[in-house]
Amino acid sequence: MSPRPAGAPPAEIANISVDSWTEPFWVAAREHKLVCARCASCGTFRMPPTPFCPNCNSQDTEWPELSGRATVYSFTIVRHPVTPELAANVPYVIGLVDLDDAPGARMFTNIVDCDPDTVYVGQPVQVVWDDVADGVTMPRFTPLTS
Amino acid sequence: MSLKDKTAVVGVGSSQYYRRGQSLPQTTMELACKAILAAVEDAGLTVKDIDGFAYYSGGMDTGLLAQTLGIPEIRFSATLTAGGSGSAGSVGLAASAVASGQAECVVSVMALQQVPEARFGAAFAAKSGPYAAKPTPTSAFVTPYGVFAPGHFFSLITQRHMHLYGTKREHFAEVAISQRENALRRPTALHTKPLTLDDYFNARMISDPLCLFDYTMESDGAVAVITTSAERARDLRHPPVYVMAAAMGGDGRWGGGITWMGMPDDLFPTAGAGAVGRMVYERAGIGPSDVDVALLYDHFAPMVLLQLEDYGFCKPGESGPFVAEGNIRWPNGSIPVNTHGGNLSEAYIIGMTHVREAVEQLRGTAVNQVEGAEIALVTGGPSSIPVSALLLRR
Repeated sequence: MSPRPAGAPPAEIANISVDSWTEPFWVAAREHKLVCARCASCGTFRMPPTPFCPNCNSQDTEWPELSGRATVYSFTIVRHPVTPELAANVPYVIGLVDLDDAPGARMFTNIVDCDPDTVYVGQPVQVVWDDVADGVTMPRFTPLTS
Repeated sequence: MSLKDKTAVVGVGSSQYYRRGQSLPQTTMELACKAILAAVEDAGLTVKDIDGFAYYSGGMDTGLLAQTLGIPEIRFSATLTAGGSGSAGSVGLAASAVASGQAECVVSVMALQQVPEARFGAAFAAKSGPYAAKPTPTSAFVTPYGVFAPGHFFSLITQRHMHLYGTKREHFAEVAISQRENALRRPTALHTKPLTLDDYFNARMISDPLCLFDYTMESDGAVAVITTSAERARDLRHPPVYVMAAAMGGDGRWGGGITWMGMPDDLFPTAGAGAVGRMVYERAGIGPSDVDVALLYDHFAPMVLLQLEDYGFCKPGESGPFVAEGNIRWPNGSIPVNTHGGNLSEAYIIGMTHVREAVEQLRGTAVNQVEGAEIALVTGGPSSIPVSALLLRR
């Protein structure tokens, strides 16, 4: 396993429960692929994956692989640990990112491997894979340089 | 069928308010019963008159309340879904039960007792204990990112509002400071010292841009409210406070709201209350300019700003300058807000203190009385759907 990204919350909280609709996302994540549920009938993306397309109510779902590029929609710098277990991890950045090639799909994540004070709304970011534990990989995002 | 003016709030009562954990060794049920007994006394009723309960945020055990207080018959018992966003709506639920003839004297009650070993505000982080949440396929997309607390969710909405409209921390401070000023005059308030701009900016940052004084306090206590028919209300102890209109719900595109955050651009930087605001004004046949005092649910100071926009007191994006001009100050602002000090500075009983304050304002007995107040707006939320609102008049 590669080293974990700087600014990622502790491994102990990466508790992933799945159902048949969310499992493909986490299976792909293990292979370091960012996928997003897309309605096979009308093409509407949805995140997190749910059993029905909210636009046409179809259950036919595709899982296209995305580029991993995203844009910071909003963020917060967590400076105070909500629980003592997080004391060693503050500050960390909770980001909400819009996935560039999945319009309408937004996800919670962490903005990592950067100075938290440099994060901004509208910032272009790129997925980085955090192999948290055996079988558990989380997508986090880091600012795009260049 | 319209609910308008068919029912009235006739009694309000509270337990003492306490800092978190300080209400022990009383039980939560005991606090609730103290508030209910105070409310029936205030109304000029007895517990024998109570025949219904309308709750929110999980509700209480109606059977145990009946057993404990000796209530002879229950004809209605129901709870709004979601959490604190139903505070105002629970009174609307009571009014619906009364107006439809299902019950005659319906109690809405909130009793909050935060146990010392766990903190309400860290609900999503708790692995065990009374507030622990079991991991779910939905929470897998939230909590592993260290997104645990209501403050995290609301800081994301706040940050976006700041980005879009230039809203500043000074504007949040104005909410916190003005409410503190109001609380200082109230003997029931848990905060007893003034809050200065320096205090605000020197406070620890919790979930940037939200600092300590943007957060509600943590407290214990209970508040009960009794709703009955307008007809019966006229014979009771105080002048009736009529329920003009109530609304609960929200724009479906708000969806899972704060634990989802996929709301479309037009809804994201709001309190998610625009739809409920439109409903409640339409049902009452009035507009925002008719409201004399606003009791806006204030778990986080910036959410007061966003509700000022959603409920039409100013335009979207303009709440920062609106409060900076002194508009929410008692007594001279154009719309005094949270004249009791609110969740931020009086006590956090999940919004029920706001209903109590509205009733006191409309009876003309409030500590920070808005002169000639005739109409009060009370809100619950922002949070998940349903958020709720109540328009009361004297």
